[in-house]
Amino acid sequence: MTEQDQKIEALQDDGPLEPPHSQWKDVWHQFRKHKGALIGGSFLLLVTLGVLLGEYIWTIDPQKLDIRNKDVRPLYTFLWDSGAKVQWAHPLGTDNLGRDALANMIVGGRTSMAVGWVAMILALSIGTTVGVIAGYFRRLDGPLMRFTDLVLSLPILPLLLVAVTLFRDPLRASFGPETGMFILIVGVVGITSWMQTARIVRSEVLALKEREFILAARSIGTTPGAIIRRHLLPNVISPIVVSATLGLATAIITESALSFLGVGFPPDFPTWGKMLADSVPRMDQYPERVVLPGMAISLTVLSVNYLGDGLRDALDPRIRGR
Amino acid sequence: MLTFTIRRLILSVPTLLFISLIIFLLLELAPGDPMAQVPLTVPPEVKAKMREALGLGEPMHIRYWKWLVQFFWIEPQVLFDNMFGTTFAEGKQRILSWQTRSPVMDMVAQRLPQTLWVVGLSYIVGILIALPIGIYSAYRQYSVFDQSGTFITMIGFSIPPFFTGPLLIMIFAVQLGWFPSVYDTTHVVNDWDSFVIQLRQMIMPVMVLALQTTAQISRFMRASMLDNLNQDYVRTARAKGLPEHIVVMVHVLRNSMIPVVTAIALGVPGIFGGAIITEVVFKVNGIGAQLLSALFANDLPSVQTLTFMIAVLIVVFNLIADVLYGVLDPRIRYD
Repeated sequence: MTEQDQKIEALQDDGPLEPPHSQWKDVWHQFRKHKGALIGGSFLLLVTLGVLLGEYIWTIDPQKLDIRNKDVRPLYTFLWDSGAKVQWAHPLGTDNLGRDALANMIVGGRTSMAVGWVAMILALSIGTTVGVIAGYFRRLDGPLMRFTDLVLSLPILPLLLVAVTLFRDPLRASFGPETGMFILIVGVVGITSWMQTARIVRSEVLALKEREFILAARSIGTTPGAIIRRHLLPNVISPIVVSATLGLATAIITESALSFLGVGFPPDFPTWGKMLADSVPRMDQYPERVVLPGMAISLTVLSVNYLGDGLRDALDPRIRGR
Repeated sequence: MLTFTIRRLILSVPTLLFISLIIFLLLELAPGDPMAQVPLTVPPEVKAKMREALGLGEPMHIRYWKWLVQFFWIEPQVLFDNMFGTTFAEGKQRILSWQTRSPVMDMVAQRLPQTLWVVGLSYIVGILIALPIGIYSAYRQYSVFDQSGTFITMIGFSIPPFFTGPLLIMIFAVQLGWFPSVYDTTHVVNDWDSFVIQLRQMIMPVMVLALQTTAQISRFMRASMLDNLNQDYVRTARAKGLPEHIVVMVHVLRNSMIPVVTAIALGVPGIFGGAIITEVVFKVNGIGAQLLSALFANDLPSVQTLTFMIAVLIVVFNLIADVLYGVLDPRIRYD
């Protein structure tokens, strides 16, 4: 048999030897290899489920005062201090007014996570819109990117403090203390953290715009809006997902920092940052009240960061499959 | 290079004006009333006079212009007078704090050294720790050192300073009693013993801030070293028989430092933001603490001036980073 024949024979296969891989299957395959990301992702899922469903399992009212059982220590203090005041009814102890710490952690976590998610989605939508428009419409590129540069050189934390302090009262008056504060914090965090996303998305769109499939779409008369929706957005999804994880981490930390500095949610509305800040004055006697919320914030952010690391590797086709 | 520097300098003027306008408008549109603390028994015409005394009588654009003149023209004159004993600024209206009725800049001058000592030292310490870690973990990529370095920098990214601060206080001030938990601003260093006390009270705030710097800079250093270690010129250097330490520490390191130096310059303003929280935790009487107290007292001129000073820092260090990049890397000079 000559070499020529062999080639033709190879072409005569009925079908591919193995079924084609879908892109997301490949992504999942690569993602599984990154142990840190896998652990981080599962932890984030666990925390999210815990703060969402926790109150149905742990049904104690977080606001209920129980002055007889105040200052109960967490169960684990019993390991080294047999005289400690511990109760099975309050596994993580109670605060100086007898409110259950576990119930407060669940409710506080829900606020922190909600602020983080909503602020991140807001920042992503602003950033993606600005980035896609700047990348696709050449005339708007200059002004929009100069504007992004200007916003990038604003002093973010001082401005956040100023905005939250000054606009607190009117928003509270019109939406109620909790909702008003939620809108304010989500708004200011979202408005001040979209710039990196915009820059990344713009550079991706600039590169994609020159590719043949966009030319083909244009040549058959697709409108710019449809090109953006059908062809550009699905292709920039991976940098957006990676910057989403970064945004979630930043938003959670910023909200906690604002609460810590005393400009966050109202006093009877727990968040992790607020619980931490409130417990600092008495932390020499009750260190767990600082450590527990602090650990919750740090571990959540750590797992989000690891998740982002793994997603970056998994979504990058140059690294994938190696 | 010079034209590029001059062009960047001129471009930063509208940037600064825009930022000052944003800050001014934000404070202007905010619904807080500086007269809110005045008792209700004070008659309205007296209140109107008090408003005028605070400089609130005039329309918005005139007040903005006045503030610009005070910040960019009169305050530098005061600084010049203090340095050389001249009297340019005598009798001119300075930016007054509503809280203390004294010039804002005088308070800044009193408090700035505290912030600069803590922030500046922590930045230097952070860089000094980060560079060797970054170099070594890139040189031994995927080794145990690299893996644990990655883990520690991840932790440094993730633990916020308002948690590390109390944690350090709890361990080293409360349990072990090694360092004081509160930073004594009035402490004067005049002999060896007082220097030791100063050193001990600075260790914890510096460490908290340095952790974040270390995490960021060592990541940059590692990535930049990895980019360079696989280049052809490294193989050439090894092939011509140069000792390994010269290849790494001279050839690779010098090229890898280019983006790292820029990152270091760009990180300076960010560390001032982190300093606000650290100053609150350790009760350092610096700029950040001043900003917070002015904010809570509705002292708008102080808030405006302090926020704008941080914005100036950001713009200046962006400029320095851009120029440094051009100086260090001849390929990307813009002229």
